[in-house]
Amino acid sequence: MSSSENPQNQVISFTIDGQPVQARPGWTILETARHYRIHIPTLCFHPALKPWGSCRLCVVEARYGKRGKVMPSCLNPPIEELEVFTDSERVLNVRRWVLEMLLAGCPASREIKKLAAAYGVTSTRFAVTDPEEECLRCGRCVAVCNEVVGVQALTFGSRGVKKVLETPYRVPNNACIGCGCCVSVCPTGALQKRLDTVRGDLSRRTGHGYAH
Amino acid sequence: MQRLTNTAELKVLRDNLLQAQDPHRPIVRVCRGPGCLAVGADKVSQAFQSAIQSQNLEVKVQPLVKDTGCHGFCSQGPLVNLAPANLCYVRVKPEDVEEIVQTTLVKGAVVERLLYSDNGTRYKSAADIPFYRMQQKIILQNIGVIDPLDIHDAIMAGAYHSLAKALIEMSPDDVIRTVEISGLRGRGGGGFPTGYKWKRTVENARENPGPVYIIANGEEGDPGAFMDRAIMEGDPHAVIEGMAIGAYAMGVNQGFLYVRHEYPIAIRHLAAAIAQARALGLLGKNILGAGFDFDLQINRGAGAYVCGEETAIIASLEGRVGEPVTRPPYPSQQGLWGRPTVINNVETWANVPHIIDHGAQWYADLGAPRSTGTKIFSLVGKVKNTGLVEVPMGISLGALVEEIGGGVPGQGRFKAVQTGGPSGGIIPYELKEEFTDYHFHPPDVKPADKMELSVDFDSMAQTGSIMGGGGMIVMDDHDCVVDLARYFLRFLEEESCGKCLPCRLGLKGMLEFLNNFSQGKGAPADIDALESLGKALVDGSLCGLGRTAPNPVLTSIRYFRDEYLAHIVDHHCPAGVCRDLITYRIDPEICNGCTLCAQTCPQVCITGANQQLHTIDQDACIRCGACMDVCPVDAVVVD
Ligand SMILES: Cc1cc2nc3c(=O)[nH]c(=O)nc-3n(C[C@H](O)[C@H](O)[C@H](O)COP(=O)(O)O)c2cc1C
Ligand code: SF4
Ligand code: FES
Ligand code: FES
Repeated sequence: MSSSENPQNQVISFTIDGQPVQARPGWTILETARHYRIHIPTLCFHPALKPWGSCRLCVVEARYGKRGKVMPSCLNPPIEELEVFTDSERVLNVRRWVLEMLLAGCPASREIKKLAAAYGVTSTRFAVTDPEEECLRCGRCVAVCNEVVGVQALTFGSRGVKKVLETPYRVPNNACIGCGCCVSVCPTGALQKRLDTVRGDLSRRTGHGYAH
Repeated sequence: MQRLTNTAELKVLRDNLLQAQDPHRPIVRVCRGPGCLAVGADKVSQAFQSAIQSQNLEVKVQPLVKDTGCHGFCSQGPLVNLAPANLCYVRVKPEDVEEIVQTTLVKGAVVERLLYSDNGTRYKSAADIPFYRMQQKIILQNIGVIDPLDIHDAIMAGAYHSLAKALIEMSPDDVIRTVEISGLRGRGGGGFPTGYKWKRTVENARENPGPVYIIANGEEGDPGAFMDRAIMEGDPHAVIEGMAIGAYAMGVNQGFLYVRHEYPIAIRHLAAAIAQARALGLLGKNILGAGFDFDLQINRGAGAYVCGEETAIIASLEGRVGEPVTRPPYPSQQGLWGRPTVINNVETWANVPHIIDHGAQWYADLGAPRSTGTKIFSLVGKVKNTGLVEVPMGISLGALVEEIGGGVPGQGRFKAVQTGGPSGGIIPYELKEEFTDYHFHPPDVKPADKMELSVDFDSMAQTGSIMGGGGMIVMDDHDCVVDLARYFLRFLEEESCGKCLPCRLGLKGMLEFLNNFSQGKGAPADIDALESLGKALVDGSLCGLGRTAPNPVLTSIRYFRDEYLAHIVDHHCPAGVCRDLITYRIDPEICNGCTLCAQTCPQVCITGANQQLHTIDQDACIRCGACMDVCPVDAVVVD
């Protein structure tokens, strides 16, 4: 979209669940929905962070003419005349399955259980590998550490089902300034338990520029 | 090498090279493609080199031995082709070389036993072999013919002629329009119109001036596929020339060849080709004196399947983790280093010189109306002739599998084909007219009783499968669809980057369902659950990997639900593949007591005296099938 077609002050008019809404330039579908207090569930989205798009809970169905596409609302800007549906059959199918997967992936998380129950998902058909697990690999902690705090004390290791949250080289990380931002953005509280694996033993920390 | 300073010099060079050639000089072309190398082609090639160099051959003209790329007929490798007669020798061993030299090169006679024969017919000329006769080779025409390490050989075959034509006769916009009218669609799987992609990229660059980049996608992560490998190894100049033409059209000065690390020969051949092209002034500054600068660099992918996805390639080239990012913005808007970028598959690039050479209309008339041109497939599985084939789009699946592939070998019955690699679908043989809107039949193939599905982008998509990169696995009645779907899912679960939830946990979940089915567990309702889960992945995943991963499962449920039900309800695997559902038994009528199976069984659970009936202890049997493979009289049966 070029700036000439879409000057800064022009709004984008579209509908969410039939309700006419207007987005300011730069807003995503999710931001517009929130502005109008239309509920769309999210897990990996955080207003302070660049959207990462990992949880896919925020999907909506966007119809334009005859074409309908399911897409994450946190990443996609609306276009003029788009019809957005926040709980169509296809949307709910994705959302329910994601929640059912999460019940098996993060069985220890109360937040996830609550969220799942709100969509009628109370049990899971999938195998539970670790009953203690709470982390859903949403990436918020990695992003806040990198984008907001400006250090890279946290990262993802391995890939696919084996993907884990770790520190670079899997050793406690001197880059960590112990600010706790990661803990505060974590949607399930999983990081609370792991903070010590990130920052190491604080009492043994010395050196220039080190803050508690 | 003398640098060429204008297009006329290229023509002079070509003419001189062609004139210096002796048309009667025998040429021995030894295939060193992936298939033949695996069965010892390098020894054959060495044997030829030393046989010809060491002795004083009593010949008028010294023969020339060339190592070439894949000849296509991989199941008959190592292959050797002798020009000018176009003799095709199959399954050549180093020991045969002496005889070929003495009989064919010295005396001019044919070594009958090395000819390809089928149904009692011996084929002298490669052109007569049905496998080759039905093909239409455009991209493959130089592969297996030229020496990929010698740019002169490529130039004699016409390389860089189209680049010269574009530079002097056409404006950049003419080139883009030509590609657009030709109807060329991306060969990397998606079938996106190439000319349109180029046009959009140029428009984006005009709005936002700065560099534009092009990338050739040579990642080819699909298990069993080797189309792109064959092109890069066998005719690297085709890719370079295609990219140079694209670069001219889009005002690009730097291009990248992204090739997987597991393709060392392709990388070596491309590197040599780039160096030679640079030396001749076909790459670098002021190409052919036309005032156009373009250079290429090779980057190796570390071998993750998902690194074939375009946004992951960009991340990888920029030095980030090779994980996809969400689109839009598309690479044509913000690609490499935030600049408009065109990513095309290796085979797509290799099509470009032919379009420029022969014109848009010529290309548009090839193949099917909305899928123009030809497509290369790697034909594998339960077909007699496996290998690399190039056919016009729109050919019927039956012609491809039964005529070119030679049908199912042995007693098997043709059941299905799996196209498009792990993201493709499983289409049944019985699928006939229903989805077809266009057929192509090679002249002497009767369409009536063949599998009618037209092989083109749109017809394939309608079946729920995809054309994909060109992998084609033929299945017979001894292949189980549940098992094949499980195989691909396991591959993709390994290859998922794990960034988004539906793919990371969903593939694992789908696999749990399939593992249960293959053990006869589950309820019929689970098939519906699996289908709905698959659809959630299609809609919910971030990149094409997760969005297409359920295809083998979804198509096999659509066409072979009975086979799923047989596993779950009857605890029976009709194809006799799923180990937990089969038993091996020795037929007392047939067993002659040879003891071979008892000697082979790793569990030592087959008993029976010499010349007496043997029996299998079912409790100890692990169903490895070794007895069945070794029994000389086929007395071992599977229930
Ligand atoms: C998981 C995944 C793997 C892919 N692998 C390849 C590949 O190995 N080779 C390729 O050319 N395209 C691959 N693609 C498609 C590319 O993203 C891209 O669409 C293509 O290179 C564009 O070129 P084309 O228009 O010439 O087909 C892959 C896509 C996905 C989602
Ligand atoms: S679909 Fe799979 S491969 Fe693609 S981003 Fe998501 S997790 Fe990674
Ligand atoms: S909130 Fe949009 S993908 Fe997680
Ligand atoms: S590798 Fe030799 S014919 Fe394909």
